[in-house]
Amino acid sequence: MACLTRPREGNRVAISDEEAVRFRATVIELLMISHPHDCPVCDEGGECHLQDMTVMTGHVYRRYPYRKRTFENHDLGPFVTHEMNRCIQCYRCLRFYVDYAGGHDFDAFGLRNEVYFGRLRDGALDSEFSGNLVEVCPVGVFDDKTLAAHYTRKWDLQTAPAVCAFCGRGCNTIAGERYGELRRVLNRFNGEVNGYFLCDRGRYAYESVNGAERVRKPIVGLSGLSASELVRGLGARLESALGERRVAVGARPRVARPRPVGIGSPRASLEANFALKRLVGAERFFLGLADGEQTLVERAAELLREGPSPAPTLHDIEAADLVLVLGEDLTNTAPMLDFSVRRWARLRPTVAEERLGIARWNDAGVGAVKKEEPSALWLATTHAGKLDEIAAETFHAAPDDLARFALALAAALDSKGGSRTAGEPPQKSRSAKARSAKRSAADGPSASLTADGPASDGDARLERFAAALRAARRPVVISGVSCGSLALLEAAAALARALPGPPPAAAAPLALVVPEVNSMGLVLLGGGRLSEAFRLAAEGDVEVALVIENDLYRRAPAAQVEAFLKASRTAIVIDHVKTATMAAAAAVLPAASWAEATGTFVSHEGRAQRSFQVMVPPRPVQPTWRWLSALASAARLPAGQNWLRLDDVLAELARERPDLAPAALVAPNADARVADMKIPRQASRYSGRTAMHADVSVFEPTPPDDHDAPLSFSMEGYRDEPPAPLVTRFHAPRWNSVQALNKFQQEVGGPLRGGDPGVRLIEPPAVPTSIPAAAQSSTAVTPSPPRPAAAPSSRPAPPPAFRPALDRLLAVPLHHIYGSEELSMLSPPVAGRAPAAYVALNALDAERLGAREGRPLKVTLDELHLSLPVRIVASLPEGVAGLPVGLPGQPFVALPAELEIEHEDGHA
Amino acid sequence: MTDRHTTGVSPDERPLTAAFRADGRPANIADYEAAGGYEALRTALRELAPAEVTKLVSDSGLRGRGGAGFSTGGKWSHVPVGDMAPAIKYVVCNGDEMEPGSFKDRHLIEGNPHLLIEGMALACYAIQARTGYIFLRAQYDKPYALLTQAIAEAKAKGYLGEHILGSGFSLEIYLHVSIGRYMCGEASAMLNALQSDRPNPRWRPPHMASAGLWSRPTVVNNVESLCCVPPIVRLGPERWKSLGLTDEGGTRMYGVSGRVNRTGAWELPVGTPMREVIEQHAGGMRDGFALRAVLPGGASTPFVPAEAIDVIMDFDHMKEAGYSLGTGTALLVDDSVCPIGLVRNLVRFFAQESCGWCTPCWGGLPWAADVLNDIEEGRGRLSDLDLLEEQCWFMGEDMCFCDLAPSATKPLGAALKLFRDDFERHIREERCSYGPVGQPAGQRSLRGPGPDGGH
Repeated sequence: MACLTRPREGNRVAISDEEAVRFRATVIELLMISHPHDCPVCDEGGECHLQDMTVMTGHVYRRYPYRKRTFENHDLGPFVTHEMNRCIQCYRCLRFYVDYAGGHDFDAFGLRNEVYFGRLRDGALDSEFSGNLVEVCPVGVFDDKTLAAHYTRKWDLQTAPAVCAFCGRGCNTIAGERYGELRRVLNRFNGEVNGYFLCDRGRYAYESVNGAERVRKPIVGLSGLSASELVRGLGARLESALGERRVAVGARPRVARPRPVGIGSPRASLEANFALKRLVGAERFFLGLADGEQTLVERAAELLREGPSPAPTLHDIEAADLVLVLGEDLTNTAPMLDFSVRRWARLRPTVAEERLGIARWNDAGVGAVKKEEPSALWLATTHAGKLDEIAAETFHAAPDDLARFALALAAALDSKGGSRTAGEPPQKSRSAKARSAKRSAADGPSASLTADGPASDGDARLERFAAALRAARRPVVISGVSCGSLALLEAAAALARALPGPPPAAAAPLALVVPEVNSMGLVLLGGGRLSEAFRLAAEGDVEVALVIENDLYRRAPAAQVEAFLKASRTAIVIDHVKTATMAAAAAVLPAASWAEATGTFVSHEGRAQRSFQVMVPPRPVQPTWRWLSALASAARLPAGQNWLRLDDVLAELARERPDLAPAALVAPNADARVADMKIPRQASRYSGRTAMHADVSVFEPTPPDDHDAPLSFSMEGYRDEPPAPLVTRFHAPRWNSVQALNKFQQEVGGPLRGGDPGVRLIEPPAVPTSIPAAAQSSTAVTPSPPRPAAAPSSRPAPPPAFRPALDRLLAVPLHHIYGSEELSMLSPPVAGRAPAAYVALNALDAERLGAREGRPLKVTLDELHLSLPVRIVASLPEGVAGLPVGLPGQPFVALPAELEIEHEDGHA
Repeated sequence: MTDRHTTGVSPDERPLTAAFRADGRPANIADYEAAGGYEALRTALRELAPAEVTKLVSDSGLRGRGGAGFSTGGKWSHVPVGDMAPAIKYVVCNGDEMEPGSFKDRHLIEGNPHLLIEGMALACYAIQARTGYIFLRAQYDKPYALLTQAIAEAKAKGYLGEHILGSGFSLEIYLHVSIGRYMCGEASAMLNALQSDRPNPRWRPPHMASAGLWSRPTVVNNVESLCCVPPIVRLGPERWKSLGLTDEGGTRMYGVSGRVNRTGAWELPVGTPMREVIEQHAGGMRDGFALRAVLPGGASTPFVPAEAIDVIMDFDHMKEAGYSLGTGTALLVDDSVCPIGLVRNLVRFFAQESCGWCTPCWGGLPWAADVLNDIEEGRGRLSDLDLLEEQCWFMGEDMCFCDLAPSATKPLGAALKLFRDDFERHIREERCSYGPVGQPAGQRSLRGPGPDGGH
């Protein structure tokens, strides 16, 4: 049988051979022996691989008259159900969860026809990727527990291709709706971003769209206004504010009368932010990021533009022979990068495999060899993370010391001559590099890297890391903004530049993690700093503050935000969830969530991707850009007045910002048709259409038009395979399960037909130039004074070494996959997994300070007095404390920051 | 078990059992040394290069005694040796004798545990492994105690440990007791078990010789195969080969269980005819019992009908005749044994021991066992015989990842042909017509086989 035959190039597999057909049918008959006949009540029914195969092989008559084997199930936590009686012992769950996702709390127990897949006992699955079991399992053993709570068959879901809104990675998803509620999120294959998988935050955060925290109606101080009246009123106020400005312009550089400001958001689409920027004017548009974060993300974008290090795609990571992570706890800051690294660690080709003749398809063989091979993952982070266990070596230090370490590594690579055989840069830049290396080596970052202990230890570690990097032919560097250190960001880029890249790239790929779904798009669009907006307001220069999809209390200290909102007189907040910012707003306009609006988001690698509207929100909820367009019309402003469709916004964006023009082309526009038809969001078997509104009216409502996308809110339309960015569901005739994906790929595991969706807005020049062309144009993008574009060959000076102080600790940010992201915490299953606020101390510091695990500790930071329970985190360096980032209700603190311990007697 | 010795033969002609004590107690190191024990190891370490030891074994034509009959020297020669070879290598002795009806390994260890130790040492020297594991069947308490003691004795005498006999060769042997699953007897599954992984078999390549235990070069040999190595080195391959009756050469353990006059295991020249083993060494069938068929080498070999027991018992002759030698320990089926009950028990055993990897195996075996049970208990239908045939097809060769299900269907498939009448009568009469197993012919009740039973 083919399944037992060693695949070789040129093999021909006959799937219609008589014996093969009979054998396949027999296997299905055997699988059905103990499988419950519970399809009608099984969550998997209608998208079950076994169901498909049973129908396809024609097994209809039961010949086995004996007892079925049965199991007891486990409670696997809030994400995944467990119904072992349905198990067909395919081992996929084990291979995914243990072999690839690196889980430890899952196994196969027992033997014969009684193999049990699960945990040892009840308990929430520990892996951040457990939700993939739902899709990996071909039957209904593991299903989506959140879907079960408001269950809908696959064919009854209205689905659309979306982009995950809950971190900066930009994973592709398919979100499904029924009765105005989002019911679930599934993976949407994108070979360059997330492959077949999603993290649990991405899969289960969708309930924030349905949640009690939604804003569905306008909120105004004076009640009784309709949405349109409100818009008229607000428009008038805007008009008057801007009218003053029109008079003032030309007379004096600074207006005497206050004007509006716009605060954008990294969780709002490119279109929403652009609409706001157009409305208030470039110089009155502020990104809405915390100042420190803005500096970092802007620099990250610059570094990617300058190159020569390109941002790696999933394929680049998979082809790496070494991965170095600097300062990112990937499991919590970009979970799917963590997964990609794990998958790479297991699959990366090694010499041993070649020597032993282990074919790539032989997963067990590849895995077994990998277990005995030294790891090629090297970590330098502030504290231990889950990836540590598969790393060759980890180095935990304060952010500045990590930067020093990275620079020392870069210097060590140059001083030892490196080993650049692959992707060797031109000789000229090489010698320039060597010269500059000598300079920075003379500054002595490597010699003085002793913050963590005796010099010899540090040097030996540096040498081990450097030796590994020197031997690497295709290294990938992953860093980012999560630990809040500009020095580290610069150092990571410098190190990547010193490493060879896969041709034609002249340097190693550099992934820079940014926090939110559109952080990168926002800084590419460009705008001022929040502190600048605050200053304008304080000076009395703000009449109307327009805040879109942003809770400013998460971006700046509460006192500053309060002062700003007060000084702005009219604060208008457009958002889809209730935030603290709304409390002081004159008006709140209900925005569409990511699932209710089509929009473009730019991921951390600069990839623009379109996320399509899944469902029509009840009026007056509408996309932020539409509110802004309506305000513009009411204010009789030319900007954005005539925007009827998303394509109008994108056309204007493309006109005004040629560098962002590709963002308009990431998916077919709203006029696109296949065979003169739109792509339906509903399956051909979508049921209950005529009945679902019958409690309101027996007349079936007309399906709403979608002016923003070539997708329809109906069953009608083009039923065959749509263009890749418009795939609303993976389904093919007879293939109801997710296996249908195979039919949408060029080959199994390969890209979607027509190419994986998304367009990268940043592609660095392959060969470094002194002033990259992209960087030149970028100066217009960033209103903040552009930092001198660092020539790729020059190295930043190392920051001073971190010195632990007796009374003060350096508080570094600790990120949590469940907890640190704003919207996902409005989804009850995710919120249930989040930690309570705490302060993390290293054991030595805790002892010195008399702090004990779980006991409250009073700390002062940035003039905030907090009492937080202590959590001992052994891996934190001495003198470094950790604070969880972004937990709801916790005050904003710009981290890293100095943290003082308040003693019992009240002295700081 | 009787007849530990085959009398009237010189010790060199029965090298596996030469050091067995006459009193039936296990040989200690002094007994073994007195019989020339550890001479081969001494010679090898002093005079032979590792590759020369491998060559001796290859030249001897020794074929694995675990049942598959691979060339032992061939296995060894695939392991990289020399300066460029990996530093860590392993020899694993397969002592997981779980095959129903097989007890030859236990017999060898209980008679003289040192022979195995010396064989392991020679194997380790040949492939330059510094570590050996003996993977022992869970129920083998006595062999466990004996091997533990033997390893300690050998270590005390300098046959194991650092710088063995003053040479540069060092070796540690560890004893590992199985959890007690048949599947662990499959060599690659055994390595997984040793690594604390699930004992599912592995895909080859990688071959064990390049990536076995913990992905290091590994040789897995059966207890008896390793026990053959010291005599081969001591006597030389030609002399050892000449001990056999056929081209295959050498001696091996033949065993018989069933209703014979003397059950047991005997070291005999390879190529001894089955009839001689049964009639001469086992003393023939007991009075009142007639031989109907033989499972020649454990439960996973097809039946040899009573008329065909003149077959010569070596790998090639058995194969030519359409049978399989297996472990060489024969299970005799006499006329008091219901073949359906027997096959049911065998299939049940295999169903229970399936590792749960391939659907035909874990799904098909319990089903076949249930069908057989129905027939045995009088609930069978004629269509069940077609179903059983079909099961033999989908659990047959090339339908599963390892040999467990195909092996289990061998006796079933053979029984469907050989005992067709019995199957049909069970179904027709809706009962099993055999009396209690082990009742001699004269005392059988009316339920005994009728005149149409053919026996």
